[in-house]
Amino acid sequence: MALLQISEPGQSATPHQHRSSAGIDLGTTNSLVATVRSGEAVCLPDEEGRSLLPSVVHFASSGRLVGHQAEALQNSDPMNSIASIKRLMGRGQEDVSRLDDVRPYEFVTRADSSVPRIHTRGGDFSAVEISAEILKVLVQRARQSINSELDGVVITVPAYFDDAQRQATRDAATLAGLNLFRLLNEPTAAAVAYGLDQNADGLIAVFDLGGGTFDISLLRLNRGVFEVLATGGDSSLGGDDMDHALGEWIIAEAGFSDVDAGLARRILLAARAAKENLTCAESTQITIDDRKHQWSATITRERFNELIHGLVAKTLTACRRALRDAAVSKSEIDEVVMVGGSTRVPLVQSMVAEYFERKPMCDLDPDKVVALGAAIQADILAGNKPDSDMLLLDVLPLSLGIETMGGLSEKIITRNTAIPVARAQEFTTFKDGQTAMSVHVVQGERELVSDCRSLARFELRGFPPMTAGAARIRVTYQVDADGLMSVSAEEITSGVAAEIVVKPSYGLTDSEIESMLRASMDHAREDIELRMHKEQQVEARRVIEAIDAAMKQDGEALLTVDESASIEKHRHSLESALETADTEKLRRLVRALEEASEFYVARRMDNSVKQALAGKQIDEVDV
Amino acid sequence: MAIHLSDKAASRVQHFLQNRGKGIGLRLGVKTTGCSGLAYVIEFVDELQEGDEVFETKGVKVVVDAKSLVFLDGTEVDFARVGLNEGFQFKNPNARDACGCGESFTV
Repeated sequence: MALLQISEPGQSATPHQHRSSAGIDLGTTNSLVATVRSGEAVCLPDEEGRSLLPSVVHFASSGRLVGHQAEALQNSDPMNSIASIKRLMGRGQEDVSRLDDVRPYEFVTRADSSVPRIHTRGGDFSAVEISAEILKVLVQRARQSINSELDGVVITVPAYFDDAQRQATRDAATLAGLNLFRLLNEPTAAAVAYGLDQNADGLIAVFDLGGGTFDISLLRLNRGVFEVLATGGDSSLGGDDMDHALGEWIIAEAGFSDVDAGLARRILLAARAAKENLTCAESTQITIDDRKHQWSATITRERFNELIHGLVAKTLTACRRALRDAAVSKSEIDEVVMVGGSTRVPLVQSMVAEYFERKPMCDLDPDKVVALGAAIQADILAGNKPDSDMLLLDVLPLSLGIETMGGLSEKIITRNTAIPVARAQEFTTFKDGQTAMSVHVVQGERELVSDCRSLARFELRGFPPMTAGAARIRVTYQVDADGLMSVSAEEITSGVAAEIVVKPSYGLTDSEIESMLRASMDHAREDIELRMHKEQQVEARRVIEAIDAAMKQDGEALLTVDESASIEKHRHSLESALETADTEKLRRLVRALEEASEFYVARRMDNSVKQALAGKQIDEVDV
Repeated sequence: MAIHLSDKAASRVQHFLQNRGKGIGLRLGVKTTGCSGLAYVIEFVDELQEGDEVFETKGVKVVVDAKSLVFLDGTEVDFARVGLNEGFQFKNPNARDACGCGESFTV
């Protein structure tokens, strides 16, 4: 007997034509899958009623385990039980060695790929492959729960995920055999779960405190478009730190001096249980009882609050910084959304409420809220809503630019542009007879390419030689709804074209990505000054280049020795100052050289006119 | 002429309506389609159509168009959970034969 769901008016599907979809929160510690049933977003539990799937994959010599069973094997077999794989998504070999919070897995690289793989008993696997294993389990659960294949899924990613990390997530979806409708930013999903996207506009703070990470995101909603104003946080701050703080208190109170790994683990488990009890109770009993140690005490919520006060205060410091980055004041925030299991802690709720001077939204289960928002978005994209005018848009987290002469980044699509988007800009050649141009795609807010992230490089070759500045090269940047980009370049007069899809080169750590935005603000002034300096250098080189070319051609014929020496003198003082002079001095020297050679330019003009007319009858000249 | 909701079904419908935040009731109906001829329709109702009949059962307004009512008279709608799946089930005395999946039927 079929089990039917209530549809929106007029949206009943014909039998076997149900459009099913799911939203997936692919988390660092835990993952969830949710779907919309009879108009309500619900997280789908497994056979034992558990919604959370630990994001741990265990590789045995035959087969693999995902979730609770894999998590249980983490202590006894850490090298073959891979956890927190999300931290490695989109990362290259050199990044892996820099990530100190990643377990000491054994990494191997193959000659044919730059992607690091983790060596396990069951083989070598990349982060994408391991994430795909988690996705497969979630989707299998969804298929059973919906009793149908999925038409598509929405997967959430942190707002600060860059292109490489998004691409890796997308690859994992493909590998798991999923039709990915799109990737959705986690804070945006949380806002959607609370229906905030139904409002016309507003400023939303999403406070996400999980087990091991803290993220604060400021979103501006403007006519259905969520714009990420700022992100911040701490990639190693979360509920686990509260357990540690309480654990240290236990050790101090009990006077344990011989804490080995086993006892430490028992203490942490007791601490976590006590923390969870204190969410509702004013006090709770902590008992440590093994063969060697017997200890028991009561802890009040007040005492616990004192222990974790510093940790919670740290999150508020990050909030303050994010507000400053976004240049908004606390009073402008319309809603504060709580995400992540650790926001259940009463002190977190009260301190956040006090800081933002409003009651945060925490009616939905903070562990599930991101998955629920993703499910709502997936349901819309599957076509289950009628006159759905709310097709959620996201924005680019970082600007996309192109390298121009002097190592400067010219931004083609600025950050916070709603995607999908396509923008084109025309460039030209720098040298006479230039027949190729290198297109270097960079991401970031800084003015210098060396401070931005390099995404891709390709060359447009084989357009006809022209004088400098005559070629018209149109470069088009396109970003699809998932935030993934393609770049094309075309020389318009000849039609020579080249195109690439950006398969980003891997290269940044979490904190680097997060600090990129901050750095762009901190360095705004010096960046601009540096940019002006570089531009002046480029201009100086262009003038020298032009003078040299002219002198070579007709310098001897048109200039006296004195004239030539005078131009040469100015040229020399400019060239020798090129690397050392400040912007203003360079500008003066460029102007001096231009003035000193003005008469020469005029004489060349006359001369070329004379040459064009020489030996011709008046009626041969086209006038 | 009547259509019944089980207690479970009625409470789920009320829950879903409340969660949706709008809608006056539950539309039940049939449409000609599917592998065995007729398929069930189960939708939220925002406004009544001409020819709609409205029953009030267990606090839920059930809306059925006159044409569908012929095929649904005496039906009881239940809410069931099978394995991980859950949803509404039609127990229809008029249905003579259903396709394997039960999504469509003949009378």
